[in-house]
Amino acid sequence: MPNVVLPWLAEHVELPADLTAAQLAEDLVRVGLEEEAIHSSGVTGPVVVGRVLAKSPEPQKNGKVINWCQVDTGERDESGEVVPRGVICGAHNFEVGDTVVVSLPGAVLPGDFVIAARKTYGHVSDGMICAAGELGLEDDVDGIIVLATAARREAEPDAVPAPGTDALALLGLSDEVLEINVTPDRGYCFSVRGVAREYAHSTGARFTDPGRPAPRGSAPEVPSPTEDGFAVEIDDDAPIRGTAGCDRFVARVVRGLDAGARTPEWMQRRLRQAGMRPISLAVDVTNYVMLDLGQPLHAYDLATLHAPIVVRRARAGETITTLDDATRTLHEQDLLITDSEGGSRGARPIGIAGVMGGASTEVTASTTDVLIESAHFEPITIARSARRHRLPSEASRRFERGVDPRLQAIAAQRVVDLLVEHGGGTADERAVTDLDVTTSPTTITLDPAAARRLIGVPYTYDEVHDTLEEIGAAVTDIADGEDRELLVTPPTWRPDITQAVDLIEEVVRLRGYEHVPTVVPRAVPGDGLTTAQRLRRSAERTLAEAGLVQVLSYPFVGPGVHDALGEAADDTRRDAERLANPLADDAPELRTSVLATLLPLATRNLSRGAATAAIYEVGSVTHRRAGDERGRPLLPDGGAYPGEETIAALVAAVPHQERHAAGVLAGTAQQGAGAAQAETVIAVALRLAAALGAEVDVVAAERAPFHPGRCAALTLTDGTVVGHAGELAPAVAKAFGLPARAAAFELDLDALVAAAGARDLAVGKLSTFPVAKEDVALVVDSDVPAGTVRALVTEAAGELAESVELFDVYTGDQVGEGKKSLAFALRLRAADRTLTASETAAVRDAVVALVGERVGGVLRG
Amino acid sequence: MTSDTTLPEAISPTDADAVGAAVDAALSAVAAADSLEALKVVRIEHTGERSPLALANRGIGALPGAEKAAAGKLLGGARGRVNGALKARDAELAELHAQHVLRTETIDVTLAAARGTAAAVTTGVAGARHPIATTSEQMADIFVAMGWEIAEGPEVEHEWFNFDALNFKPDHPARQMQDTFFLDGSDHLVLRTHTSPVQARALLERGVPLYVACPGRVFRTDELDATHSPVFHQVEGIAIDEGLTMAHLKGTLDHFARAMFGAEARTRLRPAYFPFTEPSAEMDLWFPQKKGGPGWIEWGGCGMVNPNVLRSVGVDPERYSGFAFGMGIDRAVMLRHGLEDLRDLFEGDMRLSRTYPLGGEA
Repeated sequence: MPNVVLPWLAEHVELPADLTAAQLAEDLVRVGLEEEAIHSSGVTGPVVVGRVLAKSPEPQKNGKVINWCQVDTGERDESGEVVPRGVICGAHNFEVGDTVVVSLPGAVLPGDFVIAARKTYGHVSDGMICAAGELGLEDDVDGIIVLATAARREAEPDAVPAPGTDALALLGLSDEVLEINVTPDRGYCFSVRGVAREYAHSTGARFTDPGRPAPRGSAPEVPSPTEDGFAVEIDDDAPIRGTAGCDRFVARVVRGLDAGARTPEWMQRRLRQAGMRPISLAVDVTNYVMLDLGQPLHAYDLATLHAPIVVRRARAGETITTLDDATRTLHEQDLLITDSEGGSRGARPIGIAGVMGGASTEVTASTTDVLIESAHFEPITIARSARRHRLPSEASRRFERGVDPRLQAIAAQRVVDLLVEHGGGTADERAVTDLDVTTSPTTITLDPAAARRLIGVPYTYDEVHDTLEEIGAAVTDIADGEDRELLVTPPTWRPDITQAVDLIEEVVRLRGYEHVPTVVPRAVPGDGLTTAQRLRRSAERTLAEAGLVQVLSYPFVGPGVHDALGEAADDTRRDAERLANPLADDAPELRTSVLATLLPLATRNLSRGAATAAIYEVGSVTHRRAGDERGRPLLPDGGAYPGEETIAALVAAVPHQERHAAGVLAGTAQQGAGAAQAETVIAVALRLAAALGAEVDVVAAERAPFHPGRCAALTLTDGTVVGHAGELAPAVAKAFGLPARAAAFELDLDALVAAAGARDLAVGKLSTFPVAKEDVALVVDSDVPAGTVRALVTEAAGELAESVELFDVYTGDQVGEGKKSLAFALRLRAADRTLTASETAAVRDAVVALVGERVGGVLRG
Repeated sequence: MTSDTTLPEAISPTDADAVGAAVDAALSAVAAADSLEALKVVRIEHTGERSPLALANRGIGALPGAEKAAAGKLLGGARGRVNGALKARDAELAELHAQHVLRTETIDVTLAAARGTAAAVTTGVAGARHPIATTSEQMADIFVAMGWEIAEGPEVEHEWFNFDALNFKPDHPARQMQDTFFLDGSDHLVLRTHTSPVQARALLERGVPLYVACPGRVFRTDELDATHSPVFHQVEGIAIDEGLTMAHLKGTLDHFARAMFGAEARTRLRPAYFPFTEPSAEMDLWFPQKKGGPGWIEWGGCGMVNPNVLRSVGVDPERYSGFAFGMGIDRAVMLRHGLEDLRDLFEGDMRLSRTYPLGGEA
């Protein structure tokens, strides 16, 4: 994001002399430019210009040679004589008489490096002669900074600062730089021009727009296009969404540049402060003007160009070597700048438009004549190319947000002027090209009252009118009796303003959000939480009350998780949706079971020292869509209702997702073959169903990731399976690093919630007659499930049974091999009478008879 | 156990037929072994020191040099086949054995149901709720108290609901800024980057006037660190009615902030940009309990719903207007509880959830 350099900003808008970066940030945030960071050089304290008076090399034992120097750092004694300072320096790239940078004791350099007088190599070094890197500057020279040689000082004594001058200001190290965050609608703020305008909006300071032609008569003016301009043709045969890729192309020529000309220090400094690297005069000037005005520019070596330049789409398979020396294969949607090398029109790509130039026409150290390109490209084309080639350049960043289409000639002129001034060239006034088919922004009709209606502030007609003029719009008043409307043409640098509401935003933004009053709206009466929402809350609370701790896991898994869970090759849970761009390449799938991501969290808790991991998660799982539901790339445009059928198709395209509730119970202390944990999780699953009011049965089942002999399926009364609970298969526990006998459950919470409403909860009148308790012990084959027997007992006891509970299971000598005794406690009660002994005995007999008939059980003797 | 006393018939190491017969005998014995114990006996009989193949192998040494190589090859191949069969059968039997053990471990999984006491069962350890879950519930309750309803939507979402319906143009930088997870395939599915697609769905399903809040889980391709997570939680609100203004937005936000953070809390708006609102604002929260003294904290985004969003879902923007806002639930939890590292919310450590009383407010 762009850096704002205060002295640079001051060239376009009046700034208070004592303005700090922090205050600037505060001013800018009011109009929507947020502070990202305030950068300072990290250098404080006395860093001054010094002149080397004496230099004596001293070889050291370690083979190194150090220089013991006497340096004039501006100090004078009472008689005005120089008081030299002794400094040790390890670099050798300087001579006596050179002007250098010295940090004095008390200075602090980046990295909290405190300078102090210190004894070293047998001398007291009273400061340090600085290298660029030591000051946090670009380090392109091996050795210390030489501001000027003795020869240069003699030639231009005025251009060389005197010893003792503050070097921080000189090197731009005392400037604070404010980095701002520019939202995607404000592309024009990727320029000093745009930020200056916003500062003026915020503070009312006087702003002079550098992006508009200077008033007539005051130089420099922008020349008109000439017949002899470098030939340029725009030939876009495949516009994206009907908009041509390029609607303006300005080309200017500067000849006779001094190939050795250097970019002035001040410009290099500003480029660095803006976060760009100085490269060469021609490139630096184009970058400087881009940063200043927001218009991306490109300089070509004119000698390498072959007219005409043709702006066209790429052909399949075409390649270009870009400035970064990468050879890129182009796509048919890429917009190219080409020239006609070898006389073949548009044959050679010399740049990906608005993204990056080509290497073949690059400005080099021997370039003397340059062609400046200043064009206007269509945002979508540039955005796609930058993305496709992974080249988010300074140029593409601006073009994809929209560049002012009235800026090109002015920006090109600025480049020409700067090249002439600093490079000694001459502008070729006969070679001015400006192909311009840009259109004016569409005029918007605004009812000023609409601003009041949307914002809730009684803006006057004049306030609305004036604010819109302030942002640079052309505003025409159309009055028809009482009705007054505004015809507003947005400024050319604001392509984001397309509808009336965009204008209203400008009004409230400039007038201040703080003036909007505060009113709590009265909603229409609502129905509260839905039944499903209340039941889901109840589910989460129940699991916590049952002794599980709620956790949240990420839903990303690797394909190997299905093996770890013991899912068979044809298990539908292997059909997972995959991410195209996963964060971790080994976890590209979306989970099809919550346990897939919950089991590792149980392991983590144990490894962090918990004696028992008891956790649960309520979260969604995603099932892969069947083959015939896939691959329909439907994506209607936004901004218009696509119709009921299309909406239905969009909804149907989303894969099936359901909420699951899953839990794990794993203890390090559990040993042996005990099934306590399995029984507990089965009971917890039942508790959850009971809390929701869903009627479920439990039957033995075999399903991954559970132990085949210790897995319960929970079924609804219609037989629908809603989940499983039980012990994890030993191989699964091992694969996840869990202790043996760890147990788990996973339930389809949506199905349970849906089933919850089905149960008849009518109670009638509670009976106040006494309860009759009857215990019955039945001996059955050991493989008959207790649940089956209980169901029979309940059935036989009929409507007199208030409750039937298993209270004892016995196996052993008394019942014989292969048998077990199940003891049930019955609570019997009638609605209208006290039960007699013979009635309860009859119930007992009926129970024994039914259990005998259905499962061959007998009363335990 | 046949051979302790009787030596097996000696086989000549050069007699290919005899070696083949010995291999066949071994293979059929391996196949016939029905337990790991039986297989052990077969292994001794057919590959042990005194097995025909071992004895024949020993005989190679006595052969004339010219015959040694052929015999070695013959016996090597034979022994290899037998050993391979032994190994395969061993694995089969071990698997069968493991399954058998599992069957012997079979329990009656219906006991808990038969006891009828499941409704009172606990694991015996202290359970707890996750603070994000309880905070979401509290937020929902505040909106319900204002007469709003709570809406939900899918986490794997169609791009149209996540972007296009919300006025994110296909190539606009705003769409790129969302750091979206895309699903494999060309059918425009994403992990929702915000809970805003629920707004579009709610408008389509429920129509106007509409006052709904949607808490939920959202996804961005951010690497996990102390302040970023690829999975996080938002609560989003949308109100569409006749005559709603930005003043109503501010009123709702202030009310919500006070309900969440106490009477002194309030909000402040700064101009910003979101495709689905115009005007848009960043929302700062005045947070009285801030570490190191009360102060402003960035909390979310909001604005007046862009007419293009209403058009996308078939609502007349000339007649209806409204506002939308969204804020981070995770951030609210971190603020309230002085949590310093976002990762602690997602690592599943029981100690985190257990910090908060089960019966109390998060």
